[in-house]
Amino acid sequence: MNLKTSTRQIDGVTIVDCSGRITLGEGSVVMRDVVKDLLGKGQKKILLNLGDVNYIDSSGIGELVAAFTTVRNQGGELKLLNLTKKVHDLLQITKLYTVFDVKDDETSAVKAFR
Amino acid sequence: MSGDRFSYKLDSTLETVDNAEQTASRIASESGFDEDEVMQIAMAVREAAVNAVLHGNAYDPEKKIELEFERTADDLVITIRDQGKGMDPANIPDPLSPENLLKTSGRGIFLIRSFMDDVQINPSQTGTEIKLFKHVHGTAEGGKEASQ
Repeated sequence: MNLKTSTRQIDGVTIVDCSGRITLGEGSVVMRDVVKDLLGKGQKKILLNLGDVNYIDSSGIGELVAAFTTVRNQGGELKLLNLTKKVHDLLQITKLYTVFDVKDDETSAVKAFR
Repeated sequence: MSGDRFSYKLDSTLETVDNAEQTASRIASESGFDEDEVMQIAMAVREAAVNAVLHGNAYDPEKKIELEFERTADDLVITIRDQGKGMDPANIPDPLSPENLLKTSGRGIFLIRSFMDDVQINPSQTGTEIKLFKHVHGTAEGGKEASQ
């Protein structure tokens, strides 16, 4: 299943609920467009809820990195929430787990934004 | 898998990448690998197919990807060949280096090597062949590689 997203707002933080696969092609494009759209609207506190993302390939990892750096370069913050074991393991072996701010509780994740 | 080896050719498209991944998943499952190993094999094949389609054949409709599956006594061996200019494995940067951590690409070969027991990259002027080995009984620790 390709990536599907929906957004909601809590205390000034935009939570992007993601489900499906973030892979080369449509999945990566969807992720890129969502982040670009949010930044265009001035929403720079972004929490990506990946709880229903069960697969991600190297292109998808690259898209997460691109999202992270793009948001940061515009003075915003991007955090990850609810990683599945597969995505968690991938971020571990690529040493990106410590690059991203990864949370497993939505309430505390929202509070963690400055 | 009917017989011990079969191969087929595919166009240089994104559909080929999905096809390769799905076929690898099915054959790995039929070969008795567990769920995690099946995911690793399928992902390694997906990454190799991505490299072949994007970087090898560069989506050229005149060029094909060849995918071969072989079951030996010890391994499931998957070979992916493209018709590109030939990739030099010595020029692949380490994606774990601090200066490369935030790059948006360059992790495919690393993931392949992480997930398979042995990886051989054989470039030539007529394309790149990458052979992926997964031990059938899975007792060997991963990470061995024999690039040339």
